[in-house]
Amino acid sequence: MIPVSSYLLVGLILFCVGLYGALTKRHAIVVLLSIELMFNAANINLVAFAKYGLFPNISGQIFTLFTITLAAAEAAVGLAILISLYRNRSTVNVDEMDLMKR
Amino acid sequence: MTGQYIAFFILSLLTISGAVFMISFTRVIHMVVALAFTFLSIAGLFILLEAEFVGLTQVMVYSGGISVLMLFGIMLTQHAKKERSEQKTGFRIFTFAGILVFFAAVFYGIQKTPWSQEAMNYSNENNIKEIGLQIYNNYVIPFELVSVLLLVALIGGIILAKKEADDE
Repeated sequence: MIPVSSYLLVGLILFCVGLYGALTKRHAIVVLLSIELMFNAANINLVAFAKYGLFPNISGQIFTLFTITLAAAEAAVGLAILISLYRNRSTVNVDEMDLMKR
Repeated sequence: MTGQYIAFFILSLLTISGAVFMISFTRVIHMVVALAFTFLSIAGLFILLEAEFVGLTQVMVYSGGISVLMLFGIMLTQHAKKERSEQKTGFRIFTFAGILVFFAAVFYGIQKTPWSQEAMNYSNENNIKEIGLQIYNNYVIPFELVSVLLLVALIGGIILAKKEADDE
């Protein structure tokens, strides 16, 4: 049996990589992709606890299905915002989207 | 060293290397392709954890849906230019140090916690049937709310992206 801590470790590494990408990248689509990576790290933890947790239950898998749905909706709306922003400002770099900062 | 260990090793290696390649590539298209590999390997990890339905959903939604959506997004915005260097170097080092501290703290917590040793065995029951029974018995209201959320996201996405360039 694979110990649950190895699954948690994979999830932790994915989360850290996604966090680094979301904070340091300038391209907005890459930031969205990094956020998806962080969602996936959380999903790995949920499914691992559905099998190896203290009270193993199929609820973990159901929560993962809800999370996947939320992530898909978030990606669609984020991309729509990005496209309309590109149409108006003709940039996709997050540090040039500073209209409300000035 | 059973087959399960070998499968877990290969899948987690593919997952993490896809994510690291995603961070280190310079062209955005390559980043999306690397991330598609990561999503597929995560689906393999789900199937290894006896969550077949979630794994197949992962393949459909992430590898099939979100990767293609992101490719369309790149094609519709500027994509020829390589990504210039990231944020300022000082900020990057600061972020890296912070994430390193976070990683060390959570890693210490994972290693110190006494996890339960027995595993739930899902292999002798129908995974999809169990999920369906649970959703329609205990999680009906979240399920319906998610359908409303998807409708809202659909309409919102259309309205946000529909506006033509007439107000320029």
